[in-house]
Amino acid sequence: MKTTRRKFLQFTGVAAGATMLLGPNNAFGVAVTRDSSQQYAMLHDTTRCIGCQACERACCEKNGFPAPETEPEIGHERVTSPEALTVVNAKLTGKTTSVFCKTQCMHCDQPACVSACLVNAMYKTAEGPVIWKEDKCMGCRYCMIACPYDVPKFEYGSINPRIRKCVMCYDRLQEGKIPACAEACPQEAILFGKRGDLLDIARKRIYDHPSTYIRHIYGENEVGGTNMLYLASVPFEQLGFRTDLGTTPYPEYTKTFLYSVPLALLLAPAFMLGLRQATKGKNDKD
Amino acid sequence: MNTTDNATNVYRRVGQDLWTFLLSELKPKGKMLTPFNIISAPIILLGLILIVLRFTKGLGATTNLNQEFPWGIWIGFDVVTGVAFAAGAYLVTFMVYVLRMEKYHAIVRATVLNGFLAYVFYAGALTLDLGRPWKIINPIIGNSFGVSSVLFLVAWHFLLYMMAQFIEFSPAVAEWLGLKKLRKVLGSLTVGAVVFGICLSMLHQSGLGALFLLAPAKIHPLWYTEYIPVLFIVSSVFAGMSIVIIEGTISHRVFHHQISAEHHAKHMDIMVGLSRLAAAALFVYFFMKILVLVHGMHWDELLTPMGYLYLLEMIGFVVLPFVIFVMGAKNRNRKLLLSGAVITAVGIIFNRLNVSVIAFKWYAPMHYIPSWIEIVITLAVVFGEIWAFRWVVNRMPVFMESPQWVKHLDEEVGQTVPQGVVAGVNSEAAALQPVKIKK
Repeated sequence: MKTTRRKFLQFTGVAAGATMLLGPNNAFGVAVTRDSSQQYAMLHDTTRCIGCQACERACCEKNGFPAPETEPEIGHERVTSPEALTVVNAKLTGKTTSVFCKTQCMHCDQPACVSACLVNAMYKTAEGPVIWKEDKCMGCRYCMIACPYDVPKFEYGSINPRIRKCVMCYDRLQEGKIPACAEACPQEAILFGKRGDLLDIARKRIYDHPSTYIRHIYGENEVGGTNMLYLASVPFEQLGFRTDLGTTPYPEYTKTFLYSVPLALLLAPAFMLGLRQATKGKNDKD
Repeated sequence: MNTTDNATNVYRRVGQDLWTFLLSELKPKGKMLTPFNIISAPIILLGLILIVLRFTKGLGATTNLNQEFPWGIWIGFDVVTGVAFAAGAYLVTFMVYVLRMEKYHAIVRATVLNGFLAYVFYAGALTLDLGRPWKIINPIIGNSFGVSSVLFLVAWHFLLYMMAQFIEFSPAVAEWLGLKKLRKVLGSLTVGAVVFGICLSMLHQSGLGALFLLAPAKIHPLWYTEYIPVLFIVSSVFAGMSIVIIEGTISHRVFHHQISAEHHAKHMDIMVGLSRLAAAALFVYFFMKILVLVHGMHWDELLTPMGYLYLLEMIGFVVLPFVIFVMGAKNRNRKLLLSGAVITAVGIIFNRLNVSVIAFKWYAPMHYIPSWIEIVITLAVVFGEIWAFRWVVNRMPVFMESPQWVKHLDEEVGQTVPQGVVAGVNSEAAALQPVKIKK
């Protein structure tokens, strides 16, 4: 009996220690709601985009990639890759003219990739952009599984592969500049600013031009809100957006499971040692 | 064959030099040209060459993984299925050390060894899949703790559980090497390691399922449910049992000469008991799957191609093995039990691949199919594990009887540490029961 009690205390101690080590605040910090209105964000007004690819070229130049070889074309879906972090696609919609739409990382408020990453290589900065840290990443590609927009791309051809994604030109932001794509856009179709201000602008545009826009700002609430916002003249499904993702932030999907871990580590050993005690025969010593 | 004679000869004798003994143990034992060796040796060799290729040419050149499908069979089979197959270790240790079901004591060491090696090889295969494996230490050390990640939890649990399993098996190593003092210490750690190991197992068996909770929009609604972690842990019960039955049946043929008469006689009882447990778990699992299906309201999906796969999984690999196990246990039919176990194991592969690979992005026009290199390396990992298992079994007291001094030692400390197979000829009270102290 003495041994059992000591073992029980040992296990409780280990479990409690493990819980303390993880730290509930760290573990579940992702779920804490915070004001994102002061974070950097971008608003892409697809009604203004003319598909000139100036943003793509600026992105490639800034990141040292070869210039894009293909052009937006109806019926041909262009996707981002490790050497093309943003692409423009042309979509045939209910309207008579084709609509152009730019794709890149959505910079979610509570990113799936960040909650997937076991080494904090994917990192949501306080300023808003979601960045990737080369020295931490072990290349497990769980971020690619988790991202609802399939944004992170992996350099499969390399033996020192990196995850590549749009980081909202985080280095330029720190120098006081704005993202290369927003700077390059001749149509002012990409606005860079604080998320709260951009939402105000987007709402005002919808209010002022109800015939031009549909009443939906993509990214305002999708997967808990993103720092990339979109305006469009047609429903977003027609532009190839996933509109079935819901408004639940992705970290919520695993939160229940993660909450149960410290509980299980604390209660299960006690329960099992109790069972072992209960099944003890008169010849068993411990 | 007299196993007692055998036992005293195979392990390191008192006073024998440790290094000379270890060197002599490195030599292969048994026949070299068996059908199994002839098939497995070239595959392991080819697998090793391909592993070198994978690290020199990169993942893109050797696998069919792409931007759409970042995880293939190295995750879906090697890790997710392999860990489910290793579940026997936590279940059997639970039955023996927590519930004290002494009947299963005889299979503890083989099951724990199999579990440990499965983790080492299958979870070890994870490093092949990592793009930047030299950073694998990051989640363990430094300020890189991604504590909001299920994968972080799984990584830590893999590491800790491998250590726990090694501690559980280590008395056999000490007995092999004739290290009495070490054996005494290691034996006293068993119960602690078992209890800790069961907690870790439950959490990462379910954790492997919880990984996929982050892909709600990408996994087919018939497989995606918030209950994936619960379904994974329940299915790990019959996954583990089926492998213990398959491994036990094969081991009884292959290592026939190492196993005592008593153990042979008891073997059928053990297999029947395990099949009953597997059948119960299959029933619970089936019931839960139905609840999830009703709750999810995806009836309309059942009559699509993915729905047919779902029905095949449910009827062919859950209901059918359940019926076979029940019949096999009733008639004590070895062949029925084995076929039930094989169907269950295939069903687990099917289910885990469905969640992680097949139903993942089922809508994609070009779905991932593994490359031949991925398949050969996977086979090499499986064969490698079997080779390692055989190597250990031929040297350490897994099926063979523990050396005589162990019994005196256990009497001294009153521990009930498993012995590979408890004595054949010279023991009556000790046979098939752990040594118990009466003072």
